[in-house]
Amino acid sequence: MSEKESEDVRIGVFVCSCGTNIGGLIDVKALAEYAKTLPNVVFTEDNLYTCSETGLTQIKNGIKNHNLNRVIVASCTPRTHEPLFRDCVEEEGVNQYLFDFVNIRDQDTWCHQKYPKEAFDKAKDLIRMGVARAARLEALENIIVDATPTALVIGGGVSGMTAALSLANQGFETHLVERENELGGRLKTLYKLFPIDLDAQTLLDNLKKNIKGNKNLKVHTSAQVKNIEGFIGNYEVVLEENGINIDLTIGVIVVAVGASLLTPTGYFGYDGKIRITQHELESKLQNNEVKAKDIVMIQCVGSRNDERTYCSSVCCMTALKNALIIKENNPESNVTILFRDLYTPGTYYEDYYRRARETGVIFIEYSPEKIPIVKEHQIKVHNEYLGEEILIPYDLCVLSTPLVSNNDNKALAQMIKVPLGEYGFFLEAHVKLRPMDFATDGIFVCGSAKWPVDITESISQGYAAAARASRIISHDTIEVEGATSFLPDYNKNLCTGCEVCIKICPYNAISKNEDDEIEITQVLCKGCGLCGATCTNHAIIIRHYTDQQILSEIYAYGGKEV
Amino acid sequence: MTFEPKILGFLCNWCSYAGADLAGVSRIQYPPNMRVIRVMCSGRVDPVFIFKALLTGIDGVFVLGCHPGDCHYLEGNYEAEKKFMMVQKFLNNVDFDKRVRLDWVSASEGKRFAEVVTEFIESIREQGPSPLSGENMDQELFNNLKAMENSVSSDRIRALVGRQRKITEVENEYGEKVPIDEFNDIFDKAIHDEFVRQRILLSLSSKVLSVKDLAAELKLDPSEILENMLMLKSRGEIDYQSIDGNTPLYMRI
Repeated sequence: MSEKESEDVRIGVFVCSCGTNIGGLIDVKALAEYAKTLPNVVFTEDNLYTCSETGLTQIKNGIKNHNLNRVIVASCTPRTHEPLFRDCVEEEGVNQYLFDFVNIRDQDTWCHQKYPKEAFDKAKDLIRMGVARAARLEALENIIVDATPTALVIGGGVSGMTAALSLANQGFETHLVERENELGGRLKTLYKLFPIDLDAQTLLDNLKKNIKGNKNLKVHTSAQVKNIEGFIGNYEVVLEENGINIDLTIGVIVVAVGASLLTPTGYFGYDGKIRITQHELESKLQNNEVKAKDIVMIQCVGSRNDERTYCSSVCCMTALKNALIIKENNPESNVTILFRDLYTPGTYYEDYYRRARETGVIFIEYSPEKIPIVKEHQIKVHNEYLGEEILIPYDLCVLSTPLVSNNDNKALAQMIKVPLGEYGFFLEAHVKLRPMDFATDGIFVCGSAKWPVDITESISQGYAAAARASRIISHDTIEVEGATSFLPDYNKNLCTGCEVCIKICPYNAISKNEDDEIEITQVLCKGCGLCGATCTNHAIIIRHYTDQQILSEIYAYGGKEV
Repeated sequence: MTFEPKILGFLCNWCSYAGADLAGVSRIQYPPNMRVIRVMCSGRVDPVFIFKALLTGIDGVFVLGCHPGDCHYLEGNYEAEKKFMMVQKFLNNVDFDKRVRLDWVSASEGKRFAEVVTEFIESIREQGPSPLSGENMDQELFNNLKAMENSVSSDRIRALVGRQRKITEVENEYGEKVPIDEFNDIFDKAIHDEFVRQRILLSLSSKVLSVKDLAAELKLDPSEILENMLMLKSRGEIDYQSIDGNTPLYMRI
């Protein structure tokens, strides 16, 4: 413990305005003034953006000039900004565990926008609770563990292949797992790739060639992940390859399992023959089997509806691409695209749309209230511009269906302890700030496993996930949280040896030593706190979430100690 | 003035706290009555915390964790559920069980977070202010809840709830799996006995009383009081203080 921390508690509270996100609803100056009246608080300040360079300097100056040994930031959410402020206070010599976060944006001003007074009172309560807790915080040291410099990439589609190649090229032993008997994923079944009409098989062959020639990259086809245990830098993975189990020790994991195609059974008379999906059209084009003269494509089939509210994001471009190919093969053919909204962002994609118009592809907008009616050889659609219904003859009707999440995502998600979103896709730690990370350290995600993306984006994300993953395994050791469960010497007399904690610990981190005493292996402990909440004689302490710390928050809110 | 409930929420870091943040990011609005304590896992919520919160006069306590099967710490939420069910068993005796709630919200369920919180706040609003809040606090109820807090703090109750899943879902030390009904009978009796004992201890901590006095005060059968007092005496927690005529008076040690 440094000199600074052995002195009396001196708390500094920094209230962030977050531009107008917080300050636009509640008075941050008044909050800072209020914080000044709380016990042990010696300095408070409000900042426009506490996370900015200016804000961080203000925290450092506060620590220096007022000899602060506890720092509180009342701002957005600890889930995104706690690491930044922890680093900031550490730089000024205050242990990072003596920092505390009060969430007055994500869980306050953003959710109570019509109630400024109540939101202000809530912020006051939360700051008071934070101050009470901060006074009881203790300095802790992080635990250093060895990191195995190996990577596991789950899924051998374009995103997974890119990620695996990138990691292997950086010199890390990389294992690429594909459940089918060859690599490629969705790329295998594609014909041309927009926006440059590259032959999909050329890209795939190039990737495969590079993979084959890479000595760091081990490909496991017809293989599945059976079990994953352990933690960042040290995962014990069991693969089953062609019926044989393989044990691997892995440092980081990239999830690149892609997505599935929706079979539009029941939509627009889908029959797989003259009413087919874009994907089925693609293989027909590849084999030069499209003889139809009147082709009508219907967009948003099975997406952006009540069941699946999301936009699958790849279907507009796919339809344009296939329409152009048909027109090029047979300029005499009539191609009509029935759309709700056309999504062609960026210069390249918009050019593609213009080209399609120039070659004579007809675009007709329909509204979800008046969806097209597909008859045996005609499609009836309400034309918004003419204000009347028109009949379009067809001999091939192509349905643009969305990518949907894989059915077995749930099993994998539970194995690696990461969340899935509403539609069964993998959910990243933060959509903007940590798009390739999971909240669980050491596991990353890329490609359509996360959300439907096209080939270009899959490749970009593959590189991005590899970059994030390599940050960890490029070091020999990793620091893990010091906030673990703990049986201090002064509590050993409280322990009755009942062993409830041993049995309840999900990580087998608690055992009895040869002296028949309870021993907690710090590095195995994940800090969930289950043992502390269960300990029959209150002997185990959960660091950073001690009974005293939590009770102080309860009392600060409740207004009295009981 | 309308009653604005004072709610405390315990949110697990990985699912429900993230869900609460998502509600904010999505600007989903809900009533501003809840204050949140972030814990790493819903399994960290010691039953003592819930009683402490209610004793301060907080009107309702909400515990939110990951959905079953989705716990970041494998099975912390299952343990949270067992602890919570025990808390409700206690509170049921004083018709207080609807002031606490356990529910699951995932990191992607911002909308659901706002919905369950709104619903809980409204349910507390309907129940009205806690009798433990304000100037005229219900002392009898306070003593009952205090005795419950001491009960959930006791090694016997904690050991039972801590072992519940193991002995009802896997097996006990003797290789037997205890049927859940049988376990519940034992557990219910333990909860009742421990409560009575803690209530006796609480009464005796401020004054000297006879078995009859205690039976009247706690509105229980004297034979039941006597049985538990003998147990407490054998544990060395209470003893005779004096004899009033033919009636022994007890005190806390």
